[in-house]
Amino acid sequence: MLDTAMLHLPEIGQFALIMAFIMAVLQVIVPLVGVNRGQLWLMGYARPLAVGQSLFLVISLVLLATSFVMDDFSVAYVAANSNSLLPTPYKISAVWGAHEGSLLLWVTMLGLWSVAVALLSRSLPLDMVARVLSIMGMVSVGFILFTLETSNPFARHLPSPPQEGGDLNPLLQDFGLIVHPPTLYMGYVGLSVAFAFALAALMSGRLDAAWARWSRPWTTAAWIFLTVGIALGSWWAYYELGWGGWWFWDPVENASLMPWLVATALLHSLAVTEKRGLFKSWTVLLAIFAFSLSLLGTFLVRSGVLTSVHAFASDPERGVFILALLGICVGGSLLLYAMKAPTVASVGRYEVVSRETALLVNNLLLVVMALAVLTGTLYPLVYDFMGLGKLSVGAAWFNTMFVPLTIALAVLMGFGAMSRWKSDSVSRLASQLWLAGLLAVVFAIVVALVVSEVVSASVVVGLGISFWLVFATFADIWKKARGRVSKIPSLGVSYLGMVIAHLGVAVSIIGVTMVANFSIEKSVRMAPGQVETLGDYQFEFTEAGTIDGPNYTSQATRFNLYKEGKLIEVLTAEKRRYHARGSIMTEAAIDVTLFRDVYLSMGESLEDGSWGMRLQVKPFMRWVWLGAIFMSVGGLMAVLDKRYRRRRKKESLA
Amino acid sequence: MNRLLLFIPLIIFALMGVVFWVGLGIEDKTSLPSPLIGKPFPEFELGVVEDGRTLTTADLKGQPALVNVWATWCPTCKAEHSFLNKLAGQGIRIVGINYKDDVMKARDWLKAYGNPYAYNLSDPEGKLGLELGVYGAPETFLVDSEGIIRAKHIGDLNPKVWDSLKLEFGAMQ
Repeated sequence: MLDTAMLHLPEIGQFALIMAFIMAVLQVIVPLVGVNRGQLWLMGYARPLAVGQSLFLVISLVLLATSFVMDDFSVAYVAANSNSLLPTPYKISAVWGAHEGSLLLWVTMLGLWSVAVALLSRSLPLDMVARVLSIMGMVSVGFILFTLETSNPFARHLPSPPQEGGDLNPLLQDFGLIVHPPTLYMGYVGLSVAFAFALAALMSGRLDAAWARWSRPWTTAAWIFLTVGIALGSWWAYYELGWGGWWFWDPVENASLMPWLVATALLHSLAVTEKRGLFKSWTVLLAIFAFSLSLLGTFLVRSGVLTSVHAFASDPERGVFILALLGICVGGSLLLYAMKAPTVASVGRYEVVSRETALLVNNLLLVVMALAVLTGTLYPLVYDFMGLGKLSVGAAWFNTMFVPLTIALAVLMGFGAMSRWKSDSVSRLASQLWLAGLLAVVFAIVVALVVSEVVSASVVVGLGISFWLVFATFADIWKKARGRVSKIPSLGVSYLGMVIAHLGVAVSIIGVTMVANFSIEKSVRMAPGQVETLGDYQFEFTEAGTIDGPNYTSQATRFNLYKEGKLIEVLTAEKRRYHARGSIMTEAAIDVTLFRDVYLSMGESLEDGSWGMRLQVKPFMRWVWLGAIFMSVGGLMAVLDKRYRRRRKKESLA
Repeated sequence: MNRLLLFIPLIIFALMGVVFWVGLGIEDKTSLPSPLIGKPFPEFELGVVEDGRTLTTADLKGQPALVNVWATWCPTCKAEHSFLNKLAGQGIRIVGINYKDDVMKARDWLKAYGNPYAYNLSDPEGKLGLELGVYGAPETFLVDSEGIIRAKHIGDLNPKVWDSLKLEFGAMQ
């Protein structure tokens, strides 16, 4: 500890952050002045300044991580979120375990996205690059200033530093929490690129197909991170919180879902703007909304305005700063939009039955979904605002809103992907798709009959829309490939990406339907030696004991899991007590296959050595997240499409 | 399209801004309603850190008190300690719950930083803490002379927090 104090690493980290701030200010001003005066050499500074800013941010983040690894408890943030007994990987992830560090991570990622734009934008005119990087610099200035002024992670406890740290919140001591926040943040921050492109296009008055083509891969890239981030969060909540739920409609989850929904709408709307030059104003508005919602997600939750289990930092002063930042950022961009968005209707024409209409309805449905989530999340706040007291909107409300909209969206997807630009006809679509629809209904009813004696409407509908999506997608491929499997690869990477992403939606819906309708569970009191049966499975309680971990001691129970008398797995569930904070965490034991999860978690310890145990069998649980993997793979394929790189290649040939 | 229509998003956003602004100002979110407010303080029978005698819920009654949950492993408790000393200097009765801690360490701490507490209940297993719904130290409860919990604050006590709690505490006198 002494030697790190001598090295002044935290001070150097803070200095690097201040340097990054100065670079960001220059990144805002210099390129814009260049654009206004038409001076190329000033615009040319945008790229090096973005690289410089991000370099200092990375230095700052690495030094904070170093303070964690070296147990420098003289740094207040380290003392509050780490402990000398904490395993090293968690010391590093503790960097984003609370407010200050997550903010530093957030601005560092913004810096990295700016560098990516700087390096991968050779096909863009220099004045656009200058505008885009200048706008990203503005966001950066605001949030670096916020970090330095209200949430400095490098502040020290001097002159008497604590000997030992308070430890990382045990909920966060987990692999899922090493990867989930950075991935989600990459998604949130990545939407700033689409935002910057939209504002740059507004400023220059060039809202055209070229602008849409530039924004598309960036938007898709951010969307992939968001998709993976949300899935990781759900997976983490499932195995770590110990009750087997995978989505809680918690404000923090909602905060990540809203930008995802709007970004999904934006992806589709950008497709129309690129291909047909339509919906320009709407697309710009979506880009602004998507980034605004990710700011709302990252910061309003942290400010404590919305109280939830995730909101560790509650500090009204920070809240005021955040609100001011949000006001400037969102208000400013909406003002620019109001003044500069084109009022002349786009020239392209399309008929009622066409791909344009399908994508428009898709957009409306997704935005209504996002609004529903927003309402449900903010309703308690408005309720409080009117002096009616505090309350929470339950999961039931969200499900009532969400399920019908999802069904409508899935039905539309089948038609939309197959429909033609400009004009299509109901009879053509019907002739292509009637078989897919019929098969979907038949299959849904048959499968529902096979899996259970009682056929419930929700199972038939859930499976029906999934099968519809799958069959309609295959019908489309079959048609486009003219019935030849060998032609499928030549349909184009981005088309196949879309297909995979849409199939991912079907996979997730199947998972949700099965888990929601056919999960079985029971809570039982069990003593060692006892056997309990749940569904096809027998749980034999073999022994109870303790396990010593690096910074916790756990009470553990071991079970043999049998299916039809055959031993298939030994499960060890734990209840960990973390030494530093004395908090208790449940570690569920889960046996996983593609078609079902067996989930075992410990409840209360009872007298005579028996335990309250919770046994669950959850069919198709993995499919919920598998669908998200499909969607991100599909997105990745779309990003890698050759047409985004075509121009650069031409240049390098010349 | 009418240019004025394009201002609609801005106007909606401005309205939302007002709601958030007021939302921030309503109250300190750390004083969440606890299901225990208005309920009697949970029953206990615990040893005292300073001298080892045993006290029960009955000893808490008779005079309003701030019940402060703290531990030597908690840096924030150290940060709020000097303010507790100041409050005790103003004649406010503070009862400590030494939460999931070691009695010897707690005694050293009180010797080193001063003792603002009327007495400290030793809760090494965190049983009383569990019944109080404590999820982190420090937490402070306002308990009236009948032994009824009137308010709860999560996080450190400081002059700003005390400004809002003071009124409630004064009303209990």
